[in-house]
Amino acid sequence: MVRTRRRREELHGRLLVSPTLLVVGLVVLAPFAASVVLAFQDVRLIDIRFMSPADLGITFDNFAEVLSSAGFWEAARTTVVYASLTTVGSVLAGLVLALALRRPFPGRGAVRGLMLVPYVLPVVAATTIWTTLLNPQYGAVNEVGRRFLGWEAPINFLTTRGIDIAGLPVPVALSVVIAFEVWKSFPLAFLFITARLQAAPRDIEEAAIVDGASPTQCFRHVLLPQLTGVLALLGLLRFIWSFQNFNDVYLLTGGAGGTEVVAVRVYEELITRADIGAASALGLLMTLALSVLLLAYVRMTRKEGAR
Amino acid sequence: MTAPARARRPLDRHAVERRVLGVLRVLVIAGAVAAAAGPLLYGVVLSVRPFADVVAEPLALPAPGEVDAGAYVEALRDESAGGFGLARFMRNSLAVALGTTALAVACSVLGAYAAVRLRFFGRDSVNGFFLAVYLFPGIVLAVPLFVVFSRIGLTSSLTGLVLIYLAQTIPVSLYMLRNYFHAVPVGVEEAAEVDGCNRMQVIWRVVLPMAMPGIAATALYVFMIAWNEFLFALLFLVDDRRRWTVSLGIAQLTDFNVPAPVLMAGSIAITVPVVAGFLLAQRLLISGLTAGAEKG
Repeated sequence: MVRTRRRREELHGRLLVSPTLLVVGLVVLAPFAASVVLAFQDVRLIDIRFMSPADLGITFDNFAEVLSSAGFWEAARTTVVYASLTTVGSVLAGLVLALALRRPFPGRGAVRGLMLVPYVLPVVAATTIWTTLLNPQYGAVNEVGRRFLGWEAPINFLTTRGIDIAGLPVPVALSVVIAFEVWKSFPLAFLFITARLQAAPRDIEEAAIVDGASPTQCFRHVLLPQLTGVLALLGLLRFIWSFQNFNDVYLLTGGAGGTEVVAVRVYEELITRADIGAASALGLLMTLALSVLLLAYVRMTRKEGAR
Repeated sequence: MTAPARARRPLDRHAVERRVLGVLRVLVIAGAVAAAAGPLLYGVVLSVRPFADVVAEPLALPAPGEVDAGAYVEALRDESAGGFGLARFMRNSLAVALGTTALAVACSVLGAYAAVRLRFFGRDSVNGFFLAVYLFPGIVLAVPLFVVFSRIGLTSSLTGLVLIYLAQTIPVSLYMLRNYFHAVPVGVEEAAEVDGCNRMQVIWRVVLPMAMPGIAATALYVFMIAWNEFLFALLFLVDDRRRWTVSLGIAQLTDFNVPAPVLMAGSIAITVPVVAGFLLAQRLLISGLTAGAEKG
């Protein structure tokens, strides 16, 4: 009786997850395997129709081509800068806001709801609004700049690579896409940190205050240690998502003005140049970079858990 | 009597910090509200002003009598009637998003129930596997999917999109539903089983009704993602204007020299359904999404 029950559970469990496994296998695993194979083929989109498994070979040309192509290393650098600054910015903004909204005040619920607007907004709607805001002819930002800040000429934020401000070169378009991504993604960090703060026991803090700790000391020594777990996880997730982000950069600048990230390059190889081999190779390199990061994170958290 | 005495006391570190932080707090909140909601508000204002006014006076607000909803009409109307066809894009997106939602919820209800209640071989690896899917670069999968879809003729079909969105949303909806299913007491399920319900009946009659708020929240979340998606719509549908979804439609219009108020009207029109849904179900959605955060 017990054994049949066990066995039934086994069977039901597998049956119930099978639709999900099927979809994921079909749309994620199989394509990824195909991508690995394609990365080692010398193939363009037109050839695909006439290809048979017999034509498969192994060539490292795609990798050689991708790694030595003009602008690859710059795109890699841009991607790392973009992902790092976005991560730091959105997690920091989320933390500051979660702390600011921690104590109740009238209207806190509404403010919290408003914080989530950038996160919920369809990305295309958000980029369209930002593009209009930054428009050189009738955008509000340039108008404010000219009227109140004494700008001589409007700045074309989305195509300008860099300008000198007080002798310092500032990458304009890159800063805009980073600012956009911080704006779009801080709500998620805010949500997660708020949830973690609500679970923090109040009495330790109260004890610290009674013992004479100032608010910043209290944060540094009582709250922050409790938040490190969620901050690290948020940092990792945000970095991974920003690293592979295509939509936001493509929609804002199309990769112009020094904002070409690797994901946009993959798209260019695929659509503009129809070079499937190179696109796959580039994608594979991206995945490799991310999995190294993920492994490092798993190692780190394991070690911490063991301590 | 005590108040002035207090004020004259030399400021110690605590009092200074508390005062500075208090001021900062107000500034941070005000700034954050402006930053978060400002752009959306700007879009709304621009969408109801005539384009000529916007160019002449970029910063002005429309007077109450001057509000002009013409841009919305123009954006929504079909191309054959001189508009930009947004209503049709919305119908396409609605079909895709509803299809994705129904299938994703069905798959993840079964999967989440199994993950919470049943011990079966490979349960933990299945869970880890779904998480890995979530972190997988979409643009990397786009390459082979594009190749395969163009070979079997699934490009310019909305069904292909549903399939892709399904794979992209199932991991999160599984994770969200698992949290809700944990809250259903095992005893109730066992009682139903004793009464002669089989596994599917237990899920249908006991677990589903008890987890309904969670399922509603998950469904809304999936709907949002499917409604907002851009990359795959761009890859598969760009040549077929009849089938454009809302995201693709708006993005394509930006290339056509469409006047800004119409673009803004379009952006607001596609935003309203998701923002409204989100604000309505805010509490549910947030608890579902962040349930893991407490464990750190």
